[in-house]
Amino acid sequence: MSVASASLDHAGRPDRAINAGALRADARRESRGLLALLSPGLLLVFAVIIVPIGWLFWLSLFDETGQLSASNYARFFEQASYIKTFVTTFKVAFTVTGACVLFGYPLAYMLSQLPRRAAGACLIFVILPFWTSVLVRTYAWLVILQRKGLVNTWLIDLGVIGQPLPLANNFAAVVIGMTHIMLPFLVLPLYASMKSIDTDCLRAGMNLGASPTATFRQIFLPLSLPGLASGVVIVFVLCLGFFVTPALMGGGKVIMWAMRMEQATSLYSNWGAGAALGVVLLAATLALLGLFHWLLGTRATGVWSER
Amino acid sequence: MTKRLCIHGLAIAGLLATVAVPASAADTITVASWGGTYQEAQTKAFFDPAAKELGITIKQDTTNGLDDVRLQVTGNAVKWDITELGADECARGSKEGLFEKLDYNIIDKSGINPKLVHDDWVGISYTSVVLIYRTDVFGDKGPKTWADFWNVEKFPGRRALSGSQSTETLSVAALAKGIPIDKVYPVDIDGALQSVDKIRGHIDAWWTSGAQAMQLVKDGEVDMASIWNGRAGTLKKEGAPVSFSFDQGVLTADCMVIPKGSKNKDIAMKALAKFVSPDLQANLPLYVDNGPANEKAFETGKIPPDRIKDINSSPENVKKQVLQDPEFWRDTLVEATEKFNNLIQQ
Repeated sequence: MSVASASLDHAGRPDRAINAGALRADARRESRGLLALLSPGLLLVFAVIIVPIGWLFWLSLFDETGQLSASNYARFFEQASYIKTFVTTFKVAFTVTGACVLFGYPLAYMLSQLPRRAAGACLIFVILPFWTSVLVRTYAWLVILQRKGLVNTWLIDLGVIGQPLPLANNFAAVVIGMTHIMLPFLVLPLYASMKSIDTDCLRAGMNLGASPTATFRQIFLPLSLPGLASGVVIVFVLCLGFFVTPALMGGGKVIMWAMRMEQATSLYSNWGAGAALGVVLLAATLALLGLFHWLLGTRATGVWSER
Repeated sequence: MTKRLCIHGLAIAGLLATVAVPASAADTITVASWGGTYQEAQTKAFFDPAAKELGITIKQDTTNGLDDVRLQVTGNAVKWDITELGADECARGSKEGLFEKLDYNIIDKSGINPKLVHDDWVGISYTSVVLIYRTDVFGDKGPKTWADFWNVEKFPGRRALSGSQSTETLSVAALAKGIPIDKVYPVDIDGALQSVDKIRGHIDAWWTSGAQAMQLVKDGEVDMASIWNGRAGTLKKEGAPVSFSFDQGVLTADCMVIPKGSKNKDIAMKALAKFVSPDLQANLPLYVDNGPANEKAFETGKIPPDRIKDINSSPENVKKQVLQDPEFWRDTLVEATEKFNNLIQQ
């Protein structure tokens, strides 16, 4: 830096060339330094993420006799249930993400508008379920939703319905249970992004004669989109690998990809069968992240929220 | 077979203990089973008495089944000297060469069904798949046979079958077609699948664990179900309005093996010999509803006569049930399960 500041005193052309060279060297030194600082992290990522994924891919290429083969992948096309599972997995993920946006956006909006103290208190109710085991929450939903559960008992006692509604052990139950679990993952980034919206922008909009609706639609909503996008990506990706809730609440009729992985590792005597399922899910997830990235820009897949 | 929660902490503790006291390592073996009340019963029935008689220490661990054994053996990290498995898993693991040969000069096989006595695995206990129904819905006129269960006009109501244990569901599907119990095996898989196809539209839940089957019946989510007799017995003891019998039950055996590479296989062999001896086998039904694999247990006089009728493997009850053939499923499991999954997921 001292070189740069010294050369600034002379504004001559040759000096600037020298200066640029010094700056470049400086930048190179700095990036080397940063790389050195990052290297423990990079090494860790390489050891615990890149290597195991590579290994997973390697395993998926061998059949039960240990021969190199594509049979683990061919199975997905030969057996109808795999395609069905794949479709179900994405159907569940889309529906749950949609439900989370539907419930999460107004909730985050309300939280962002409340006074700090009240918002803090309300946030506890959003975060509290985070601290409760997924298994406990799933069973709690069963108690509420099943044929002789709270909802059906109340509705029948009130005379609203004559026959119990089929709320448990089906697709709807899985969506309800997973939405509850996923909601904080959407609300938290969204809330952070909404809190960072400069209220002066909104005031300026109203000052210029925009109605509250127009202010919301044209200023608040676009500014909150990065937070929404990152929340959506987090929820969607987590949904794709979900196991406990569909296993317990789907009544064996909603089979998701992770459940097939568990099944495959015990049914087949080689790890390849389960590994191939893992590779396919990973590839699908990455492809989808790429799509999000392309549609929504770096804001969605990059940072948590942006000022 | 069954998937139960694995307590890895126990394994680590066991490992540390072995390392810390190398002098006594030769007299210590580790036995893995399914955990829960079943393993507690086994501790009292088999492990503690055997340890005392042989003057050894038996450490315990829990298993998730064949994948755990495969992982240990193929990874050269065998930490168990004896482990329990479902009989079909034993048959498959045997084909893969995961187990040590058993020495039947030390282990007395008399009294154990020859179908469960093999070079490298031996039967240890029985579980039955039974038909359970709620008496608050049907009184005592509920479905008694699998044909009744399949008869949705005569017995309307909500139903559950196992979605994870394809072998068991295909066996009861064969029974539902009216096939007599001694003709079920070898299972006509396509015929059984057709039978499943007939009922699948009326199944409200395909259960994937014993606990789930129990919960579905207990909470009245379904009116009838296939269920393991241990779970059914627990429901009855808890006072749930349910009824079941061993008629047309499907007997599935559990087995024990010595994983290949066990460092204490000689002591393990002696311990295993004790576990399957009539004397210790007779202890098991005193603590749990899983019946002994050795029928000579019923001749020891240890089991009270009024208890014998409730034990699934008593000579009387065995006659009413189908014995699931592990070697049949060893060769057909993968294909049958994939077809079964295709069907129930349609």
